[in-house]
Amino acid sequence: MHAGLLRDLEKLLGSSSVLFQPEDVLLYEYDGSVEKGRPDIVVFPTTTQEVSQIVKLAVKDNVPIVGRGAGTGLSGGALARIGGVMIVFARMNRILSIDPENQRAVVQPGVVNFDLTLAPDPSSQKSCTIGGNVAENAGGPHTLAYGVTANHVTALELVLPDGEIVRVGSAQGDAPGYDLTGLFVGSEGTLALVTEITVKLTRKPEAIKTQLAIFDSVDDAAETVVDVTARAIIPAACEMLDGWTLRVVEDFVHAGFPRDCAAVLLLEVEGLAEAVTAQAAAITDVCKTHHAREVRLARDNAERELLWKGRKNAFGALGRLAPSNYVLDGVIPRTKLPQTLRHVREIGARYGFDICNIFHAGDGNLHPIVLYDPRDKGQFERAMQASAEIIRYCVEVGGTLTGEHGIGMEKAELMPLLFSDADFDLMRRVHDACNPACLLNPGKIFPLSKGCGEIRIRAKSSSRPSPS
Amino acid sequence: MTSAASNFAARLASAIGASRVSADPAECTEYAVDEIVPAAVAKPSATEEVAEIVRFAALEKLALIPCGNRSKLEIGMPPSRYDLALDMTGLNQIAHYDPGDLTVGVDAGANFNDLAAPLFKQKQFLPLLVPFYFESTIGGIIASGLDSSLRHSCGTARDFLIGAEFVDGTGRLCKSGGRVVKNVTGYDLHKLLIGSLGTVAVITRLNFRTFPAPPASRSFVLSFSAPRDALVFSNLVERSPIRPASLDLVSPRLIELFVEAEKNSSQPPTAALKGEFPAGSWHLCVSVEGSPQDCERASREFAELAASSTAKPAQFVTLNENEGAGLWHYVSQFISFLLEACPLTAIFKITILPSRLAPLLEQLRALADQASLPYAVLARACGVLYFSLLLPSDEHESLNSASLQPLAEATSAVFSFCTSENACAYLPWCPNQLKRQVNTWGSPRADFGLMRRLKSAFDPQNLFAPGRFL
Repeated sequence: MHAGLLRDLEKLLGSSSVLFQPEDVLLYEYDGSVEKGRPDIVVFPTTTQEVSQIVKLAVKDNVPIVGRGAGTGLSGGALARIGGVMIVFARMNRILSIDPENQRAVVQPGVVNFDLTLAPDPSSQKSCTIGGNVAENAGGPHTLAYGVTANHVTALELVLPDGEIVRVGSAQGDAPGYDLTGLFVGSEGTLALVTEITVKLTRKPEAIKTQLAIFDSVDDAAETVVDVTARAIIPAACEMLDGWTLRVVEDFVHAGFPRDCAAVLLLEVEGLAEAVTAQAAAITDVCKTHHAREVRLARDNAERELLWKGRKNAFGALGRLAPSNYVLDGVIPRTKLPQTLRHVREIGARYGFDICNIFHAGDGNLHPIVLYDPRDKGQFERAMQASAEIIRYCVEVGGTLTGEHGIGMEKAELMPLLFSDADFDLMRRVHDACNPACLLNPGKIFPLSKGCGEIRIRAKSSSRPSPS
Repeated sequence: MTSAASNFAARLASAIGASRVSADPAECTEYAVDEIVPAAVAKPSATEEVAEIVRFAALEKLALIPCGNRSKLEIGMPPSRYDLALDMTGLNQIAHYDPGDLTVGVDAGANFNDLAAPLFKQKQFLPLLVPFYFESTIGGIIASGLDSSLRHSCGTARDFLIGAEFVDGTGRLCKSGGRVVKNVTGYDLHKLLIGSLGTVAVITRLNFRTFPAPPASRSFVLSFSAPRDALVFSNLVERSPIRPASLDLVSPRLIELFVEAEKNSSQPPTAALKGEFPAGSWHLCVSVEGSPQDCERASREFAELAASSTAKPAQFVTLNENEGAGLWHYVSQFISFLLEACPLTAIFKITILPSRLAPLLEQLRALADQASLPYAVLARACGVLYFSLLLPSDEHESLNSASLQPLAEATSAVFSFCTSENACAYLPWCPNQLKRQVNTWGSPRADFGLMRRLKSAFDPQNLFAPGRFL
C-alpha cells in the first residue's frame, strides 16, 4: 500500500524517519482515549519545510494526514481514523527563542508543556506537547484564573494541506484583520498543521497559598465552589476529588488526603502576599460555612507539590480500581454543580457503575470517570451509554460537550446535541476553506453523517458503536 | 435613488413589514459609510427577521452593512458596494445573566450602558470601556475590535467572548461557543467576528464571561519629560509584584486636549479630570485594583520606585477612586477628543513587543517632525501604540488631495517603517478623503489570503460590507 509514497518519504526524510512495518505503526494506533485508528506510515520530520513536503507528497496521492504530539489526547484527535500518513512532531521539539523581557517563547510543536512556564497546565503536562495543546486548546487546573491555551498563544506558523506555509497572528498578539490564531487553536488539526508556536510566558506570582478543604458530603463541597465565586473570589485553581478517587490516590501517592471523607477541594490563590492571605482566609470561611470538616493550608512548597501530585496523578492511580476507566469531559455552568453531581451518581447507580469524580470544579469542567472491564463487551457498551447520558445532561443544564479534551472521534456523534444543520454547514465551509479535500485529520469533530463523503464510507468499518 | 433600489425596498417591506424598512433619503443619509449612502435601511426586531433580510439580500445580490449606533462606521476602507443598512438596535435584550456563573448573553443591538447597569448591581463588569463605549452597542464594540485600558489585566474581547449567534451569508442563524467559560466544542468561529466590521456575519447575540468588580482601586499619574523614561518606568512597574490593571502612556499633546476639553465642556463628562499636568510632559497613567491594602501597598511601592529609579518622574500624583474615574474616562475616550480637536487626524493602531515600544515611538516622532505634523500618542505598555498625526485644522476650507498630501506621505512612511520594524499597523481613523490615496489596512499581510477564504466561507456571495476589509 502507498509504495510510491513510502519511497518518496524515505527519500525525503531518510529511512530512519519513516515507519511502516505493522509492528512499528501499531504503537501509534492508540492515544489516551478508548478509540483506535492505525496509520499506514508514521514519519518524524525535523523542519517546517519537511512537513510541507510530506503534506505535498501525501496529498498528491490522495492519502490522509494526521498530526500527533505525544499521543496523550483523550478524544482520539491524534489517531489515523482511516489510515494514511501520521506526522509525529517528536523531533520538532526545540525551543527556538525565549524572550523573558516580553514574556514570549517561540517553540516547535513537539516541545513538552512542562518545559515552559506556561499557564495552561494539563495533568499530562510532563509528557504532552505544546502542539497537542494548541490542537485541542488544552486547559488544566489553573485555567480558572489564567484561561486556556488560546489565551496564551499569539502567533502560529501553519502548513496548509496544499503545502503552503503561512504565519498568522503576531508576536505581540494583536494583528489587523480576523483573529486566525483564535480559530486555529482548538481546530483539532483539521484545518492545518501547526509547525511553530509563539506563546506567552507567565510570571510567577509573589505568593501562592494552597488549601485542602475536607468535606463529609459531596453536596457541601459543591455548594462551597458556587459560594466562593459568589463572594467575588477567583481562585487560581479550584479542584474537586470525591471520596472514591481520593482513597485510591492516597494509597498511591500518599498526599495526605483523608481516606474517610466524601470529597476534598484543592483551592489555590495567587497574587500579592497580603491579598493572598486575605483570600485564603475568606475561602476558609466559606468552606466552614458549608460544613467543611477541616481546612488545611499547605505549609510549604513540598506540601503544596504533594497535594498537586495527588491531583495530577489521580487518573493513573485509578488503574488500581478497575481494569479500565473512561474519562469524561463535560462542562456545566458552575452554579449547576451540586445538582449535576447528584445526577451523575444516579446515572452510575442505574447502569451499575462506580463513577469517580475528579475535576476542575471552579469552571464547571467535570471529569466523571466510569470504571469498567473492557473484556466484557456489554460493560463497555453500557459504560459508553452512561457516559453519553452524562454529557447529554451537561448540555441540558446549559453546558457543553467538552471543556478541554476536544471532540475528536470520541464525541463527533454527539455534536448534533448542540449544533444545527446550519451550524454544521458553516463549519464545513470553514473546514473546506482550509482543508478542501478533507485529507487533514479526516473523521474528526464532524459526525460521520456530516463529514466528507469518502470518509463516511471508509470509516464505517473502523468505527466503534456510537455511544448514543 | 434609482427605481431598482426603491423596488427592492418595497419588496423588502412587503417581506418583513413596512415599518421595518425605510427608503427615506434623509434617513438613509444617516447610515452613510464613508459618504456612501445606502438605498434603504432595514430595522429588524427579531433574529428571524435578520435572517430573512439576509436571505432577501442574497437573493437580490444586495450588499449590506450591519450597524448599531453608528459611532465607529468610519473604521475600514469605503465599501465597494452598499445597498442596505441593517440597523440592529431593535435587538436589544439581555438574553440571560447568571451572576453566579459569571456569564451574560446579550443581543447585539443592546447598548453597552444598558448591559453595564445590571452587571454593576451585581458588582460585576465587562472590561469593554473602549472608545465611544457609552454610545455603542455591544455588537458594534465587538465588530470594531477596539481595546480598552483594562486589556493590561483582563485582555481583549477574544479572552472573554465565550460564544455568539450570528446570521451567515446564506441567511441562516448559526452559532459557536456557548454559555460556559470553558469550551472546546467545535470551531471557535465567534473569534472571527471580533474586529470583522460586519464583513463576516451579522452578529445577533454575544455571550461573555463577566468579571467581579474589585473592592478598591487607585490610580497614579507619573509625569516624565521623555517618553523613553516613562516606558523604562512602566517596565519597572511591570516587573514589580504588583500587577497593574491599566498602564497607559499619554503624550503632552493628548493630555492638553483632555484639559482643553474639560475647560470647554458645558457639562463635564461622568467624572472630572483632576490634576495639574506639567506642560510638555509624558504621563504614565497606572491603575491598580484589589483590596484597600493592595492599593496602599501599590502607592508605597510606586513611590519608592519613583524615588530610586534612574528614570525619575518629574511629578507623581496619586488619585483616589473618583479622581481616577475622571482620568480613565478621558483616557478611554481619547479617540473622540482627538477627532473633535482635529478632524483631519490619522490615527494608527500599531502593535509591537513591549520592549520595542520606546525605539519605535522615537522613530515615529522623528518621522512626524520631519513631515512638520503635530502628533499625539497613547501607548499601552503591553505593546499597543495609538499614534496620531494631526493635520492643522486651518486647512479645512480647501480640502483636496493636494492639501492632504503631507498626511498621505507621512501615512505611507509610517506604514513602511512599521513593516520594516516587524510591527503590525493599520489606520482605523483618518479623513475619508485620505482613503483614496492610502489603504488603511497597511501593507498586505501574509495571512490576508487565508482571511479572504474564510470570509468567502461565511459569506459566499460577498454581501457583507464588501470592501471594508480585504
